[in-house]
Amino acid sequence: MPANPFNNFTDYGIGIGLRVPHYRHILEKKPVVDWFEIISENFMVDGGRPLEVLDKILEQYRVVQHGVSMYFGSAEKLNREHLKRLKALVKRTNTPWLSDHLCWGSVDGRYTHDLLPMPYTHAVAKHTAQKIRQVRDFVEVPVCVENVSSYAEFHASDMTEWEFLSEVAEQADCGILLDVNNIYVSAKNHSFNPYDYLNNVPHSRVGQIHIAGHSKFKKYILDTHDHPVLDPVWKMYAHAIKLCGRTATLLEWDDRIPTFDEVHNEALKATKFLESHAPVAA
Amino acid sequence: MKLSKPRNSSKATRLSPPEIKSLKDLRDVQRLMAGALFMPLNAQDGMQTRWTDGRRMADVAEEFIKPNDRLTSFERLEIYSRSYWFRVLDCFYDDYPGLRAVLGQRTFMKLAEAYLAKYPSASFTLRNLGSRLEKFIRDEPERVGRKLDLALDVVRFEWAQVVAFDGLAKSPLHIDELLGADPGKLQLGLQPYITFLALDFPVDDFMLAVKKHDALRSEASNAKTSAPKTTHQKNVALPKREKTFVAVHRHDCALYYKRLTPESYKLLSALRKGVNVNDACARALRGASPSADWAAKIKTWFQNWSSLGWFCKFEK
Repeated sequence: MPANPFNNFTDYGIGIGLRVPHYRHILEKKPVVDWFEIISENFMVDGGRPLEVLDKILEQYRVVQHGVSMYFGSAEKLNREHLKRLKALVKRTNTPWLSDHLCWGSVDGRYTHDLLPMPYTHAVAKHTAQKIRQVRDFVEVPVCVENVSSYAEFHASDMTEWEFLSEVAEQADCGILLDVNNIYVSAKNHSFNPYDYLNNVPHSRVGQIHIAGHSKFKKYILDTHDHPVLDPVWKMYAHAIKLCGRTATLLEWDDRIPTFDEVHNEALKATKFLESHAPVAA
Repeated sequence: MKLSKPRNSSKATRLSPPEIKSLKDLRDVQRLMAGALFMPLNAQDGMQTRWTDGRRMADVAEEFIKPNDRLTSFERLEIYSRSYWFRVLDCFYDDYPGLRAVLGQRTFMKLAEAYLAKYPSASFTLRNLGSRLEKFIRDEPERVGRKLDLALDVVRFEWAQVVAFDGLAKSPLHIDELLGADPGKLQLGLQPYITFLALDFPVDDFMLAVKKHDALRSEASNAKTSAPKTTHQKNVALPKREKTFVAVHRHDCALYYKRLTPESYKLLSALRKGVNVNDACARALRGASPSADWAAKIKTWFQNWSSLGWFCKFEK
């Protein structure tokens, strides 16, 4: 969906993640990029160089915030300090929407700094949706929740991941950041058909799409964000665009980061898929 | 965690709830999984094979994690355990190059693991991972042996760098704004991002020799696949004891270390505690050489600190 309530009726194209090794290139060369995604936590600080760089970026570019530690699925309550800092950053960036993951990662005030998988049950969906609503009401911008790559499943789950994602999104009335690479990784790790996933999420709620590279090991696949996007993921992306319409798309590259141009050119490969599809009316 | 009643007395009590139908069930299973992740890896970078009560970790994992046709429950849980430790150790490795140089790679990594096992991250940001390291070393000095004093100085210095890098900057007071104020009543704030250190070693020079690379922190959502790659660290001579006073601060968003005299250190420390300017100067000069032109020196200090933007409005 190019412009829907979940991306604040914006029509963003192809963006890339703002990463430290590219700062100098971006600030000096000012390349044409439709938008940058920032990791919110990297800028939820009181001052110094991170905010100085961010302010310079904001003078030139559109920025969307993406979080890694809100942990909608943690049993514990939301962290007020985290929320306050997030809201301050939202005001600074004017992000039209923000995203974080459908996962948990902290318990009893201790943080794993990882995106841990959820048990897919109705009780957990209800709790998670409540927390997403609380965040959205506090920060006052639409929230998109992102499916994660996972390497383990719980005995206690009584629905599929896409059913769980759909239920959470419906109950929270939030958007979805559909990570196509994560679907592929989880599909391989848990032996399901990734197209069942793509076909069965509420497409009208998809506000943004992620694509990325991954690493294959003998018995599983890891979501390492250190490679170009692989062909099966591009095929899934094409299918996702067919279902969702032209949607704001972002390439993630977080490790062994190559030159800015290499990352940007990889992201721009999405253009051919986006241009072949007209926006779908919300 | 409340344990469910064992069905068979010969079997250990379940640790994981069989179903997740409530917030309590969710919390219990998350505590269980986090408990497994927070246990340090074994010598082969694998997950521990025993739970805290001695039962097989494989049995614990099987209670809540499904196996698949390629991986056991243990192996699936282990992917997360390794990823957790690789991530936090990697962060710690990057944040404390000075301590690494003091202790050597091997002792440093052992210390890092013990610290992180005792103090898992209590913050949503990895920035704060080392916030309790000084306390940890004071509580367990045997981990650094004879290098205790130097290690403590370096840890305090490296934490001061974290604060200077992204700490709060308030609106600076210009020296003109202080004209006419009664120094007997005037309290001056100092920028929160500055740390004043009294050290037993010239750690500022040592750190300049150790650290040559940019250390902008960043977090991401990708999985970690390996332990920190121990890069070759050039041998830097350890400093000899020498009382050193230094301010760790930033200017134009770059980190700086500024040497202080004992008197200027005392003055700034007193100001930070809220002592008025008159009394702070008196404290600073207690025991100082009477032959020096202290009035001129103090005037120069204030001009210099003001030009660096160090002063701000005092707030209790």
